[in-house]
Amino acid sequence: MRYLPLTDDDRRQMLAKIGVAGIDDLFVAVPRDKLMHELPALPRTMSELEVEREMAKLAGLNTAAGAVPFFVGAGAYRHHVPATVDHLIQRSEFLTSYTPYQPEITQGTLQYLFEFQTQVANLTGMDVANASMYDGSTAAAEAVLMAHRITRRKKAVLSGGLHPQYGDVIRTLAHHGGSAVDTLPPDPTGAEDIAPRIDGETSCVVVQYPGFFGTVRDLEPIAQAAHAKGALLVVVVTEIIALGLLKSPGEMGADIVAAEGQSIGNGLNFGGPYVGLFATRDKYVRQMPGRLAGETVDAEGRRGFVLTLSTREQHIRREKATSNICTNSGLCALAFTIHMTLLGEAGLRRLAEINHANACELADRLGRLKNVEVITPAFFNEFTVRIPANAAEVVEKLARNGVLAGVPVSRVIPGTPECSDLMVVASTEINTDDDRAAFEKALATALES
Amino acid sequence: MIGWRMRSATASDATIFEKRASQMAMNTQGRPTAPGSAGRSEASTFTGNRGLDHEEALIFEIGRADTTGVDLPQPRQVKSRLAGLERRQPIGLPGLTEPETMRHYVRLSRKNYAIDSGLYPLGSCTMKHNPRLNEKMARLAGFGDIHPLAPQSTVQGALALMQALSGYLLELTGMQSVALSPKAGAHGELCGMLAIKAAHDAKGSKRNIVLVPDSAHGTNPATAAFMGYHVKSIPARDDGTVAAEAVKAALTPDVAAIMLTNPNTCGLFEPEVAEIARVVHEAGAYFYCDGANFNAIVGKVRPGDLGVDAMHINLHKTFSTPHGGGGPGSGPVVLSKALAPFAPVPFVARDGEAYKLVEHESEARNGMQPLGRLTAFHGQMGMFVRALAYMLSHGSDGMRQASEDAVLAANYVRASLRDVMSQPFGDQPCMHEVLFDDAWLKDSGVTTLDFAKAMIDEGYHPMTMYFPLVVHGAMLIEPTESESKQSLDLFIATLRDLAKDATTGNDKSRFKEAPRLAPRRRLDETRAAREPRLRWRPPARPEAAE
Repeated sequence: MRYLPLTDDDRRQMLAKIGVAGIDDLFVAVPRDKLMHELPALPRTMSELEVEREMAKLAGLNTAAGAVPFFVGAGAYRHHVPATVDHLIQRSEFLTSYTPYQPEITQGTLQYLFEFQTQVANLTGMDVANASMYDGSTAAAEAVLMAHRITRRKKAVLSGGLHPQYGDVIRTLAHHGGSAVDTLPPDPTGAEDIAPRIDGETSCVVVQYPGFFGTVRDLEPIAQAAHAKGALLVVVVTEIIALGLLKSPGEMGADIVAAEGQSIGNGLNFGGPYVGLFATRDKYVRQMPGRLAGETVDAEGRRGFVLTLSTREQHIRREKATSNICTNSGLCALAFTIHMTLLGEAGLRRLAEINHANACELADRLGRLKNVEVITPAFFNEFTVRIPANAAEVVEKLARNGVLAGVPVSRVIPGTPECSDLMVVASTEINTDDDRAAFEKALATALES
Repeated sequence: MIGWRMRSATASDATIFEKRASQMAMNTQGRPTAPGSAGRSEASTFTGNRGLDHEEALIFEIGRADTTGVDLPQPRQVKSRLAGLERRQPIGLPGLTEPETMRHYVRLSRKNYAIDSGLYPLGSCTMKHNPRLNEKMARLAGFGDIHPLAPQSTVQGALALMQALSGYLLELTGMQSVALSPKAGAHGELCGMLAIKAAHDAKGSKRNIVLVPDSAHGTNPATAAFMGYHVKSIPARDDGTVAAEAVKAALTPDVAAIMLTNPNTCGLFEPEVAEIARVVHEAGAYFYCDGANFNAIVGKVRPGDLGVDAMHINLHKTFSTPHGGGGPGSGPVVLSKALAPFAPVPFVARDGEAYKLVEHESEARNGMQPLGRLTAFHGQMGMFVRALAYMLSHGSDGMRQASEDAVLAANYVRASLRDVMSQPFGDQPCMHEVLFDDAWLKDSGVTTLDFAKAMIDEGYHPMTMYFPLVVHGAMLIEPTESESKQSLDLFIATLRDLAKDATTGNDKSRFKEAPRLAPRRRLDETRAAREPRLRWRPPARPEAAE
């Protein structure tokens, strides 16, 4: 087996050194009747070529986003990632290292985490960010729990513009952890009035920006309403590139920002691995979950970085920790920070402008079609359209015709007949005019037939 | 601002330049071969660089807000539809061109220790070889470039892959079903414990205690507490394992579950595990097994045959998806028949000839009562691809051989060091990691930390230190199956040499001053925590211009 360096002769010598006759003498603690004598009922070892054949068969059954006009978003976005990013994250020293427990020989990881934290804090307009969470949805759930700890209250109010699956994650933890969640109805146009739902029991209001349906709206009034009742504002961002063009959540009064960072540096990967961004105000840092890199000096006075404030964490605090999180998304955070460094402020802003322009262009095209209505008044690179048909069926039909058109709202919010004719559509920098024309034409045809 | 350590050039620097230049011209002498002849000069250099080890400033010190390494077209002019929420303030994101970016991160990478560059015996983390085939497979467009909410008819291969991976995991563990979505080990623990809670809820049983042995990973008590359980600890016996009798004594009617790591964090297989499962079930509780150490027993014994109800599997440990400097991980949870109905959404189900994702609790059929949803989308697909590629490559024979080799390597290290280092629980076979304590360092003036840092100077990543907490000055060594005998022999010889110096002679500078040869000397962690600097801030402007 190509991955195993020991030879049979090595094994014999090693057993002799240990002083046992056979390998099973090292498994003496395993109850004899439980020790397996037969191999598991699985295929035997395969060569690289054989494995590639098997895997390529499965991969070939899927329609790659890059192969067709592609407009699917709803929490995961296809962007162009420069070749440099994937090359660098595959360097052995990044790829095959682990959590920087020994800082003297992991300064590479620690420094990029420190840079990543600064980028995330600046982008979200917050004071401090951690070294990443699993993804946006788990970051959002952790934000709610953190708000509970800070306010010593146990009710979260969720906007109807929050990604429904993010809401599901928050509700699952609340249900089993004994806290309350008040979820507003789906809000495709950003018209909801959230302030009346906030009361003296509310720990936080969770709003998505831009919203699940694409809506962009001013969060300042919501921040004021929350703060007036002693509650925190948690802002969720699933399309982080929007912040290249839009006012930051921090500027509008957010207390915690929980975001999905996939759009920068990371591919679609069918939903994971992604990278959760988590930022807050300085005063709440000790209630924050997850790892933090911090600056210090070494014995010779040279600047260096370490993991710090670990008294919040499970390996020190055990049952008193702020979270059980251990491994996070180090390599995806690296991809994020490299791509962000390549973009810089100027590049990020331009990328965001292109996204917005492309989405406006698409909205105009689709809005021209008979009985098709773009119902999102203000948006970044994603919006919701109402079509005169069942959206799930139309999306399937378009897929058969080679266009991946968007997400039918019923896919993520089942049992809502009022949403059955809605689909969420995104257009990023990857789309060409031809892509948009193909989408327009295919949709027109699908609606005619 | 350039390199932060760079001094401004002075007249004396100019002299240094000249001196160096003259030395460089003298190429008639033979290349020094003895390590001593080049000396171990601690002399500082002009740049702060030391040969291949470059100092590297922060991007905030070398980047510029108007620089970009990505060429993008002019955006089309459109009427903005941003509700007047355009950003007006600068963000604070420096950019670098592509060559500058490449150099920055390549230089940073060289400050990292990695499996690919050396033995990485970090106990409990399973730092084994990461085959590049798996990276290549994960990047196939049919896996890496598909959207989680694309129509299911367009991702049948991805669903088939998830089914295939599930099949492998179930066969290797002997369990009933698997929840793939958890994002890492601790998330998997949460999933498993939520399934246990859901099962109790379904029976109307209100139980509020979880038993956790003292030797457990910190994530175990953290997970239990996260869910509102009271944690009751179970002491280990003198031999480092848990007695079924002790568990039985702690099993009051309020106990919902036990969380037991097997093989445990002391590197030992729990000999009474089957009996523990029996008494736990008898008391109406469930058995959560922390599967972090599954690498020791793949193809040797199945957790399902031992009575386990739920166990997470760290795909980034046992099945070699790269650790990536701290993730991403992936923590699928295998469940027993009793817990299978409570698996979270989403999961893959058969739909005639095709596969479909069950994404909502309301769509669950056949007695399924999902506990809810733990993450958006479907889990760490990129890790599923890599793990399946690992399993296909190894095959049933290769996976069993890998576990046997991992256990053999750990015991070889144990047998080769037992006369110089101390084993806290006596001389008995270990699983895939071997635990030493610091009793052998008593009165030497050298601590576990010193010893670990001295290993760095010898070119090794230290073992896991001070964990498990139940052992004083713990050193947990996990060599994995990826090391050749030659590599193990050099590692052993190095540790023996260090051990000799630690326990004899008076000069302990090799330990106290270590590491001397790493990119940094020991770092001041107290200062980092006392005055937290968690982000870069622009330096304060000088009062007067120069």
